[in-house]
Amino acid sequence: MREPLVRINGLTIDFDTGQSNVRALHGFDLQIEKGEAVGIVGESGSGKSITWLGALGLLGPRARVAGSVRLDGREILGLGEREMAAIRGKRVAMIFQDPTSSLNPVHRIGRQLVESLVLHRGMSARSASAEARRLLERVQIAAAAQRLSEYPHELSGGMNQRVMIAMALAGEPDLLIADEPTTALDVTIQAQILEVLKEMRRETGMGLVIISHDLGIVAELADRVVVMYAGRPVETAPVSRIFDAPRHPYTRGLLAALPEIDGALERLVAIPGQVPEPHKLPPGCPFAPRCAQANANVCDETVPTMRAIAQDHAAACALIHTAKPEALRSLELA
Amino acid sequence: MTSAPLISVSELRRTYKVKTTGGWFSPTAELKAVDGVSFDIRPGETLGLVGESGCGKSTTAKLVLGLIPATSGKVVFEGKPVAADSKRAWREQRRRMQMVYQDPLGALDRRLPVGAQAMEPLDIFGEGTKAERRDRMLALFDAVGLPRTSVDRYPHELSGGQRQRVVLARALMLRPSLLVCDEPISALDVSIQAQVINLLKDLQEQLGVAYLFISHDLKVVRHVSHRVAVMYLGRIVESGRPEAIMRAPAHPYSQALISAVPSPRARGKERIVLEGDPPSPVDIPKGCAFHPRCPLATDRCRSEAPELRPFGEQRHVACHRAGVSITSARGAA
Amino acid sequence: MLAYIATRVGRAIFTISLVLTFSFTILAATGDPALLIMSVDAPPEAIEAFRERYGLDASVWQQYIGYLGNLLQGNFGQSLRDGRDAWDVVVERIPLTLALTVPAFLLKIGIGIPAGIYAALHRNSFLDRLVMMISVAGYTVPSFVLGLILILVFAVNLGVLPSGGQDTWRHAILPIVTLGTAGAAIIARYTRSAMLEVLGQPYIRTARAKGVPWPKAVRRHALPNAAIPTLTVVGLMVGSLIAGAVVVESVFSWPGVGRLLISAVANRDLMIVQAILLLVAVCMVTSNLLVDIAYGLIDPRLRGRSGSRKT
Repeated sequence: MREPLVRINGLTIDFDTGQSNVRALHGFDLQIEKGEAVGIVGESGSGKSITWLGALGLLGPRARVAGSVRLDGREILGLGEREMAAIRGKRVAMIFQDPTSSLNPVHRIGRQLVESLVLHRGMSARSASAEARRLLERVQIAAAAQRLSEYPHELSGGMNQRVMIAMALAGEPDLLIADEPTTALDVTIQAQILEVLKEMRRETGMGLVIISHDLGIVAELADRVVVMYAGRPVETAPVSRIFDAPRHPYTRGLLAALPEIDGALERLVAIPGQVPEPHKLPPGCPFAPRCAQANANVCDETVPTMRAIAQDHAAACALIHTAKPEALRSLELA
Repeated sequence: MTSAPLISVSELRRTYKVKTTGGWFSPTAELKAVDGVSFDIRPGETLGLVGESGCGKSTTAKLVLGLIPATSGKVVFEGKPVAADSKRAWREQRRRMQMVYQDPLGALDRRLPVGAQAMEPLDIFGEGTKAERRDRMLALFDAVGLPRTSVDRYPHELSGGQRQRVVLARALMLRPSLLVCDEPISALDVSIQAQVINLLKDLQEQLGVAYLFISHDLKVVRHVSHRVAVMYLGRIVESGRPEAIMRAPAHPYSQALISAVPSPRARGKERIVLEGDPPSPVDIPKGCAFHPRCPLATDRCRSEAPELRPFGEQRHVACHRAGVSITSARGAA
Repeated sequence: MLAYIATRVGRAIFTISLVLTFSFTILAATGDPALLIMSVDAPPEAIEAFRERYGLDASVWQQYIGYLGNLLQGNFGQSLRDGRDAWDVVVERIPLTLALTVPAFLLKIGIGIPAGIYAALHRNSFLDRLVMMISVAGYTVPSFVLGLILILVFAVNLGVLPSGGQDTWRHAILPIVTLGTAGAAIIARYTRSAMLEVLGQPYIRTARAKGVPWPKAVRRHALPNAAIPTLTVVGLMVGSLIAGAVVVESVFSWPGVGRLLISAVANRDLMIVQAILLLVAVCMVTSNLLVDIAYGLIDPRLRGRSGSRKT
């Protein structure tokens, strides 16, 4: 069988807090094909961002990352700093939530772009600065030549996120990981950035991991969606199925709780309770305490694992798999 | 809804002198944070104020509460003018108008149990006996859905959603008639936002409190507001009932704003993407402030600033081309 | 950038003029120098003559104007003790003080900055804790105590170094070490916390995510940013090159500016005290000015906005 671009198996991440060990990611599996766009949805503490920082070795010394992350079949977890550095930015690039503080305040925009080009494309300083300008033009920054000699604080947030995208494109990566790329931006600027991301994907054919708490953004960019809760994936399916036929009670709850811009104005169905803290997880299904369907005998006992429901559709909910037909029907109606 | 307005804001302006560079002798320019804003809120009604960062919505909130003095214009609350300088009258008014901010942790004192903090407004105004104050606090904790066991907890022991409930309980302690909410749910997790939205609506129904609800999130504003005002660069560009505005926005900026909202139910829809960033409020374009980004702009828009004029039923729009749809104008071109 | 520098220079001049006025006021308020200098039972005519000679009989305002005028001409008055020009008395001591403070300054930077960077990069390691422990000890122990301990160990017990005086370069070793230790400790702490703050910033994560290897990310992205807060402390130390050794000079009987200050204070030689005060103020203000200009060079955000910033 052909190897996918990325294959993650049993990834776990623990943080050493000094006194104790807190597990923040409890086993994560995912395959990404070349050119595929995967959306990762979750609330704070779901583990959606640290998964990728951990996979790329960007979490720092207090994090312990275990499991397997393969890139084109080659294990990259545990590689040395120099080998990892050769992968970051070149094979897998990343952009972050707050573009302005993600750029070095004391370096000019041009210098930061050139740095990537010299690192990954072996360019000379002169050809790199011509290429840097071309990259800024590709992400539709007006007056690109002038921007090269400016500093991040002289540019708007939206412009800085375009610079971050240009910098990510510099290494011609196979996969771009966009971690809440528009959360700090205004909605009309967010629309621009989403356009740029789509355009770049059309142009380059690179894969995309879009991490967001906003279901709307994920729906817009992703082919496939993984919903995460409390450090675990709970449901994964193609984008149309996840929004039109969600099966996990948490996914359904999230969609019901979402206010809409159009359609009938109904009272929102809120999910009761709150997201559990990583060191205070319930013994069984992490969502059980907030789940209207939870069955004390099943859900509080064991942590459900991801199991296939249909083609390309899996969920981690004991009720979906063990429920008798009538119980399932009540789940459908809920 | 023909009752007298609870609060009436007219031609409110706030400008700041800013230096264009860092030095002592560098030239100053005028930053127009709020540039002639007028609206009414009736008792028990919610006005949603939407716009992007820098549009002046938070400054408007502070002006309404008298937290900062206005450069010009008038705010009349329950029949009396709100003035930031007259201390005594202002204190009396502040009992009746309270504020809720985005960051509940920042709004709470981390060294005091939340119950004591929620009672503080009663202590300050010396209302009732100690037992009565405690009863009122417990009643409001019930109303906002906080367990009574949380009374003795400290802010850091509560979740973000619970903290915002504490802040709400405290704001409601003096039975205000107006609550100004500045991005009250933006810092909360998605699954918690709906809880707080529902809570705000329930509290309004029970207590008859009016809200000035400030948010960048149109979806949320639609759910909580009776009327909506869209702001751009210090001015209201469109106001009216949320249903009407969201279904058929008349101002091109509202059209773009609404079309930009990503939604799982409207995947792959055609979107209006504006060019460029909003201009700096120091350097507001001549004519209509929106014209450099507006796909419908004409010569008239570049020279003459449009007034906010009635447009259909209960709606006001400030646009020379009000009602022209960007999408169909594009299709025709 | 020019407007930025002009503003800073303006502020520096303003500060110095404040110091001048302050020092004049203090001197005028401490009492009549004639009575302090002349013996108590001096005849009134002699005191009158003294006052006339030093212009002390004029009104306070006239004295103030005269004082400023004299300073502008470089005239700091005469030592009330031996009648020599006060400025000359002070200036001849400067090289002696610099002979201690300049090597000590190099020691502070040479040890403090690398130690701070190392500690930050190896946070919570054994060496980090050791560095921080030494650093706490280094700046909590007063310099006269440290000086005395060094004398006890190296001069009295081991007898390898002299305990005081300034005859050879070996006399300078203990005072330099005493001065350098506390400064190195302070710089190490500042550098460490500045580095830790910078290493946690999103742009460091960006640098790593774009494939900059760790050592390069530290050099290119972390150090320039961490230099900004560290510069403040270093600048203060530059300012204290002239007068920062008062205690140490006394402990080691080193005849520099510091010791001159102490003896001048003890002898009520107000003109000397005033000259030193002014010298210190000018040094401090100048070094602050240099730090401000260096800030502007390192941090583009402080240069003022050239372009139109969009929000």
